[in-house]
Amino acid sequence: MTNLLDVQSLRKNFGGLAVTNNVSMAMAPGDRVALIGPNGAGKTTFINLVTGNLQPDEGRVLLVGEDVTERKSAERVRRGLVRSFQVTRLFYDMTPEEHVALAVLQREGTAGQMFGHYARRMAVMEEVGEILDQLGLTELRTLKVREIAYGQQRLLEIAMAMALKPKVLLLDEPAAGVPQSETNRIERALDSLSPELAVLMIDHDMDLVFRFATRVIVLAAGTIIFDGLPKDVTQDQRVREAYLGSYANAGTAA
Amino acid sequence: MAVPMAHQPKPTLSIGKRFTDNGLLGVLAILIIGLLGYFLVPNNLALLTQIVAIALLVLSIDLVTGYCGVATLGHAALFGAGAYAAGIAAAHFGVTEPLTMTLIGLVGGALAGLVSGLVILRAHGLAQLVLSIAVIHLFHEAANKASGWTGGSDGLSAIMPDPIFGMFEFDLWGRTAYVYALLLLAVVFVALRLLVRSPFGMLARGVREDPIRIAAMGASAHSVVLRMYVISGAVAGIGGALSAISTQVVGLDSLSFTLSAEALVMLVLGGVGSLYGALIGTVVFMLFEDTLSAANPFHWLTIVGALLIAVVLFAPKGLYGTGLAVAGRLKRRPS
Repeated sequence: MTNLLDVQSLRKNFGGLAVTNNVSMAMAPGDRVALIGPNGAGKTTFINLVTGNLQPDEGRVLLVGEDVTERKSAERVRRGLVRSFQVTRLFYDMTPEEHVALAVLQREGTAGQMFGHYARRMAVMEEVGEILDQLGLTELRTLKVREIAYGQQRLLEIAMAMALKPKVLLLDEPAAGVPQSETNRIERALDSLSPELAVLMIDHDMDLVFRFATRVIVLAAGTIIFDGLPKDVTQDQRVREAYLGSYANAGTAA
Repeated sequence: MAVPMAHQPKPTLSIGKRFTDNGLLGVLAILIIGLLGYFLVPNNLALLTQIVAIALLVLSIDLVTGYCGVATLGHAALFGAGAYAAGIAAAHFGVTEPLTMTLIGLVGGALAGLVSGLVILRAHGLAQLVLSIAVIHLFHEAANKASGWTGGSDGLSAIMPDPIFGMFEFDLWGRTAYVYALLLLAVVFVALRLLVRSPFGMLARGVREDPIRIAAMGASAHSVVLRMYVISGAVAGIGGALSAISTQVVGLDSLSFTLSAEALVMLVLGGVGSLYGALIGTVVFMLFEDTLSAANPFHWLTIVGALLIAVVLFAPKGLYGTGLAVAGRLKRRPS
């Protein structure tokens, strides 16, 4: 089976600092991977390299077998690589309903249509209703995003990602800023994702990570120091050292 | 208002809702206020027609500035291109049928929109503003130098439009021109209403707020804004053609930095990001300008400046936006 995502020897330097240092990993359909690591380990940079928000100095990114390293981020999205952002990026003057509808229309290829209104499209509205319902946003659907709480904005980020029906989903700290009472909504939404989908999640909430992931990757100083089962990660000597700090200064570029 | 009103989950909308959503209410308001003007100032219909032409320019700026967040001080290039296209067609090629002239203006404006969009959208922020100023100066200079076609600084005259449908002659009082202008504005307004509420309109608003998020949804922000620039050019071009048809001359001032800046001021005055704001800003500014410059020819610009400062300081959403906010507050208070 072809891997959905295949990252080969990615390297990125900022000045003299190697923030991503020869990172390779692959994801198959159904993978639920957690990417963890101490602050400054290069997790978000790695996501940005994979999505095309940053260009790598070396290495390749393959999406369903196709080399997309030179492709813009929007083109990667159209090929099924979707991300959420660590700090919400939403349209503050629009409603949750409009956000999700726009994502659905974009996926369908009708977002450029210059007439008509999405609210008159039965199928679109049904799908929007289902997704909003799943994330508990139904009651807020017609409020402006600036009027809703930050935790709910996080949920809306996930709703938009789901509406794009990705093949590979990258979630950058989906639960950051979400009250504990709401994180189970995120978990349920993640559980409901298609089993064909590969998901990579960055998060600091270890409870969430261990409930969600079937595989854990630990990044420290731009390098993968662990890639294996969740039950083994806490026993790993290198991981322990990384979290205790002795790795934090070890990986500067040559 | 740019943002659609609360949507029902059900796709079937009541007739009343369709009425307001499609802006039919707005069109009615345009026609009623327009006809009121016709009867109230029958001796100054030329001014009212010019207001409509400039209103089309201001609407056109609103499309790129208000809906897509592009800063431009060169938008008269699109208006002037439409005016010269229609004028040259009439004066040099004998195309004097008004609807055809309008259509030629539309195409000329759209082409100018494409060209200036391609240039201006290369940059962002301040650099974008500077590019837009460069574009308007280049257009102005090109029209000045090509005096064989444009009449240069003397202006392009000898534009003699035929009667509309062969029936309604352009009379000395400007009645036909004004009615034609009002109808054009109504048609453009309905089209733009549909546009800003369409999925494409939503995309455009998304680009204004966060182009990176738009890319993360798989859409190209650049292509959205460029398409909007072409549409905006078409609208400004119709305004330019209307100006050429009604005044029967096209001058270099229609391609000037001054006109670009004034039109932007009108938009800010009325309220950026709403079609109604663009219309209100144009009408208020131009009536103000007309009355004040007659009443006090020496200080009227000072008064306009003071008015603008007052609006920016105390009503930053413009007259329309602030009016809406006040109305909303009043509505909420009793409940």
